Amino acid sequence: MRSSGQIDQGGAEGVPTGSPAAADPVADPREADFQALIDADQRIEPRDWMPDGYRKTLIRQIAQHAHSEIIGMQPEGNWITRAPSLRRKAILMAKVQDEAGHGLYLYCAAETLGVDRAELIDLLHQGRQKYSSIFNYPTLTWADVGAIGWLVDGAAITNQIPLCRCSFGPYARAMVRVCKEESFHQRQGFESLYTLSHGSPEQHEMAQDAVNRWWWPSIEMLGPPDTDSTHSAQSTAWGIKRFSNDALRQRFVDMVAPQAVVLGLTPPDPELRWNEQRGHYDFGEPDFEELRRVVGGDGPCNRQRAAHHLKAHEDGAWVREASAAYAAKHAATTAAA
Amino acid sequence: MSEETPAPLWEVFIRSKRGLSHNHVGSLHAPDAEMALRNARDVYTRRMEGVSIWVVPSAVITASSPDEKDSFFDPAADKPYRHPTFYSIPKEVQQL
Repeated sequence: MRSSGQIDQGGAEGVPTGSPAAADPVADPREADFQALIDADQRIEPRDWMPDGYRKTLIRQIAQHAHSEIIGMQPEGNWITRAPSLRRKAILMAKVQDEAGHGLYLYCAAETLGVDRAELIDLLHQGRQKYSSIFNYPTLTWADVGAIGWLVDGAAITNQIPLCRCSFGPYARAMVRVCKEESFHQRQGFESLYTLSHGSPEQHEMAQDAVNRWWWPSIEMLGPPDTDSTHSAQSTAWGIKRFSNDALRQRFVDMVAPQAVVLGLTPPDPELRWNEQRGHYDFGEPDFEELRRVVGGDGPCNRQRAAHHLKAHEDGAWVREASAAYAAKHAATTAAA
Repeated sequence: MSEETPAPLWEVFIRSKRGLSHNHVGSLHAPDAEMALRNARDVYTRRMEGVSIWVVPSAVITASSPDEKDSFFDPAADKPYRHPTFYSIPKEVQQL
């Protein structure tokens, strides 16, 4: 899977949000009941009263998460026709299909907040809603498919597991489903990279090259550092965000660093080492300037990804028109009978 | 950008195995019931999660309002005698 901390932090992309600063100074009396439910670790359901900022924050976050799933089909879809075996091809198709499914679970959750999926897709096409920075990197070799499964899906899982306990019921339920399916994604990636790494010297080199390119973007996709994270406090109070970006990043590095040893691959971070005292891995400073650039639209593939999505949407218009016409005709026949 | 009318929304219910009732799993868009069923199969049962699917147009569902939940569910709140634990039974009665 596929979400990223930086999209959970509206501030990173300068998308206006219903932040506390924008909240109505005259507090609604229902707000106390709402907050009491959250503080009691209860879930908020779609028809409950909720502050405007909560609704807006969730729509933005869930939509951007959904867009990430859908755009995330592109880098891997790029390799379906060239997968090295039927087994790998079947696995990759199943995975890309899952990403489509995850996008749909999430659009469905967003729609319970009173927006229509078509509106959200328009916002994506207009560049007014973002998706995860990670999908703006190209997949240059077959090994990239393995690296994405291991690292990108690994980072996404780290971010998504706490979202299974998010205060908004439909989002939390969608995340439970996503996380269940996601563990296959990470394992197939690990297995694929392991096979390459223990194959011929050329295959090993290809796996190492993929890890060199995907390591830092995966660490960066967990979002800007806590010091730059503008919406964390309110999102935490609302039970949307459970752990800070830096805490999730540490958890991710602690998970993948020992796995890299088993893979026989070396992460491109000379500062990566176990810190006995902290009980965690130390690691180098991610290039957050690069993250800002990629989120801001200047990654290697931003234009290509957006153009492809728009083209696929427009090319599919005749299918939607035809099925609507068929449904209308069929409804008329049924009514007449 | 999109001038098309979005396909209607359907709520999806799935029976995960024989002997269990259908549970709500989510929603999806489809132009008609038949397509809604096919889409529901692809979206919600990729791993054999179901043996039967219902799709219902979201627009036809009538729901209780959360605003009046206290008064709406009130009638049940003061009737503990509807529960077996309300009754004290002499100890010598082993099973009742």
